[in-house]
Amino acid sequence: MYDAAIIGAGVTGAMTARALSKYDVSVVLIEKENDVAMGATKANSAICHAGFDAATGTLKAKLNVRGCEMMAGVCRELNVPYKNNGSLVLAFTDEEVETLGTLYDRGVANGVKGMRIVERDELLKMEPNLNPEVKAALLAETAGIVCPYELTIAAAECAASNGVEFLRNAEVGSVEYKDGRYFIGTSAGTVEAKLVINAAGVHAAEVARMMGDDSFEIIPRKGEYFVLDRNVGGLVSRVIFQCPTVMGKGILVTPTVDGNLLIGPTSLDVPDCEDVSTTWEGLEDVKRLAAKSVPAASSRDAITSFSGVRAHGVSGDFVIGRSSACPGLINAACIESPGLSAAPAIAEAVEQIFLDACEVRPALKEKYETGRPAPVRFRHLTDEQREELIARDPAYGRIVCRCEMVTEGEIRDAITGPTGARDVDGVKRRTRAGMGRCQGGFCGSKVLEILAQELKLPDNAITKFGRDSKIIYERTK
Amino acid sequence: MELRYDLAVIGGGPAGMAAALRARERGVERIIILERAEKLGGILEQCIHTGFGLHYFGEELSGPEYAGRFIKEVEKTDIDVRTDTMVLSIGEDNTVTAVNKKDGVLKIHATAVILAMGCRERPRGALQMAGTRPSGVMTAGTAQKYVNIDGYMPGHKVVILGSGDIGLIMARRMTLEGAEVKMVCEIMPYSGGLTRNIVQCLNDFGIPLHLSTTVVSTHGRDRLEGVTIAKVDERMQPIPGTEEYVECDTLMLSVGLIPENELSVAAGVELDRVTRGAVVTEMRETTKSGVFACGNVLQVHDLVDFVTMEAQTAGEGAAAYIRDRSAFDGAEYIFTKTGPGVRYIVPQKVNIHAPEDVKLFFRVGAIYKNARVVVKADGERISDKKHVRLTPGEMENVTIKRDTLKHLSPDSILSVEVEE
Repeated sequence: MYDAAIIGAGVTGAMTARALSKYDVSVVLIEKENDVAMGATKANSAICHAGFDAATGTLKAKLNVRGCEMMAGVCRELNVPYKNNGSLVLAFTDEEVETLGTLYDRGVANGVKGMRIVERDELLKMEPNLNPEVKAALLAETAGIVCPYELTIAAAECAASNGVEFLRNAEVGSVEYKDGRYFIGTSAGTVEAKLVINAAGVHAAEVARMMGDDSFEIIPRKGEYFVLDRNVGGLVSRVIFQCPTVMGKGILVTPTVDGNLLIGPTSLDVPDCEDVSTTWEGLEDVKRLAAKSVPAASSRDAITSFSGVRAHGVSGDFVIGRSSACPGLINAACIESPGLSAAPAIAEAVEQIFLDACEVRPALKEKYETGRPAPVRFRHLTDEQREELIARDPAYGRIVCRCEMVTEGEIRDAITGPTGARDVDGVKRRTRAGMGRCQGGFCGSKVLEILAQELKLPDNAITKFGRDSKIIYERTK
Repeated sequence: MELRYDLAVIGGGPAGMAAALRARERGVERIIILERAEKLGGILEQCIHTGFGLHYFGEELSGPEYAGRFIKEVEKTDIDVRTDTMVLSIGEDNTVTAVNKKDGVLKIHATAVILAMGCRERPRGALQMAGTRPSGVMTAGTAQKYVNIDGYMPGHKVVILGSGDIGLIMARRMTLEGAEVKMVCEIMPYSGGLTRNIVQCLNDFGIPLHLSTTVVSTHGRDRLEGVTIAKVDERMQPIPGTEEYVECDTLMLSVGLIPENELSVAAGVELDRVTRGAVVTEMRETTKSGVFACGNVLQVHDLVDFVTMEAQTAGEGAAAYIRDRSAFDGAEYIFTKTGPGVRYIVPQKVNIHAPEDVKLFFRVGAIYKNARVVVKADGERISDKKHVRLTPGEMENVTIKRDTLKHLSPDSILSVEVEE
């Protein structure tokens, strides 16, 4: 039996697991998919927002600003790339220029530092590839970019090294309370826990309802993106926003920590919370609107497109706290933007709620990690470092992914450990193998072979992302 | 590990091997071939169908057999072959940095370099194909590797997008292995593959070819379950209302080959925007002194026989350069110009003092029947040949006589065009 069961291994659940793993408590992280970061966490804008966007006084505002403050430090500890490159909200009309003023004021009220309005001339010097029709912009120096799934993977690795158990392919179907604890029925068996932390993303309202809490409602909201080639990754250096509307922050154009350019997202409510399909219309909208900010940002340079579904809470704010309907349930739900930015702060908040909810306040472990060892990144090493690495382990001398320069050694590393990759996409997210120009055309079959070897499975048992995503079938005649 | 060679050949496929062998024949002593796969042969290793060598050997060989002829020749020499070796960069002075398990990081100081890296396939991500992103969507070359090298079926109910040769070959291959290939869709109003492949891979097996058709969307949560196809207009945009759902578990993409010039661009080699390969002289020297290019990395070929011949030219060029660095100093280059109907010409630069006749290779931009290929020098017709059929899917060539070149000046314009 566990002291805490966290349902959902997205950025919220994984960061919470890491926070709790400091204490002398038993924690299990339950995930319905074959890997961490499989929901909205792997399909968002990858931005650490400054925090001027959310309404003052909301949890979104408070936790965004706090999370943004914490992000650089957390990323340093976890050896996760993070870049404090700043953001610009562009204004094209006089009305929008007024909106910038509103955002600025809201930022001040929310405690955001490092903001100012930049006029056209200076703006175009800062970012020469912006649409010259721009009138002004709100610069926020505290904004940054981070890889959301890398942060999640790192947090999960850290949590696991502190003893948190990771249970994958475990979809929660029921929760019963009996004999002073919760019996969580999952597709991988029943899990018993004293307290339940609900970080189930788009399914959080369903999970809460299983436990008798119907206090909040989630509307799945889809967002589509294009990822552009690294060749155009330098078109802009900051995160470029347009003025927000009721549906959200609008289409942005942003560099990623890996040097690509990301454009998107759209914002469309969808009935099916698992509908991550892209649409012709959505992609057309992304193209058109991105070009408004950065005319040269074109889908001609696209290397891939994707979509994610955010858990939009009907109340408009995060739902974080102990459930009044069910005292053993702690919700960390309705985590849509600025969920990634707020993640370190959400984990911090849930940690406190958890400590208060325990019968006996847990003590810190004598020894615990708050970070994880830096993963090998061959492509970032000097030739001397590469020489040393290969001498130590020849597996680092074989480049498997040509486009992203990923070695066999890194791929094997990605598969080891309790939170390691178990499928091709898991290897991709941990190493970048398959994220380049050829999108896995060259390395895909090699990654499959390595997975089969490491997992001691036949080649045709390896999937793209778990469940029934088989890649190859029976042997040829 | 620092090594010294006269010639470093990047890529050990048919282009690299032929270039290295010709350089050897011309007296180049220290040659190294750097190949990223476990063995030499390049993409031919997975092309188990026949049709290779009809021109070069006068025989009908399979891909591995064709490659095998050259591998045998290479093995007879003392050309240094490093397999499982990936080139990371080409430096200012033609120093090639590579890496492998055994040697670690290799720094190869070479006088000349031959680029023979071949090409990659355009993936789904580069198309605006909407829908879900399940397993079961792959490029035709990847499927070919699974079937021919690894020995696994990548699917059973197949739709192929793109009627280039790889798509056509895989339509037949999958059928022979027991899969149901429902159709080949082609976005253009004509096929991009060799005529003999349309006949031998589609017609002979009753596989329908739908022209002016593309796949707009994929369906299926984990594994592909079907695709939506639609007809396209003259601008290749899907026509609303023409959508049709096709049940399938595999979508194979044969939608374009892109020369793998990442290394070349990083080294400062200028590329031709149309071929996406290097801009070269008739000796196949790129804009970087001592760096030559041949094979699919220079222009996507249809027949490996022409790859071999082009690679031999590059080998000659590299040998001349190694023998005497000032070999090309006296050259005066004119630029070849594409006229109406011609999409690109290789080489882009021709030395008017070339000691031999020069062959210009080109592709047309549309299908022509009973048209003439006209070569003009400074507006004057110097050659004129009737072709029963010209198609973008079949590379053509025209010979410019040495004497003709001699009479040109450095500002002359040599153009190739199609006259209907």
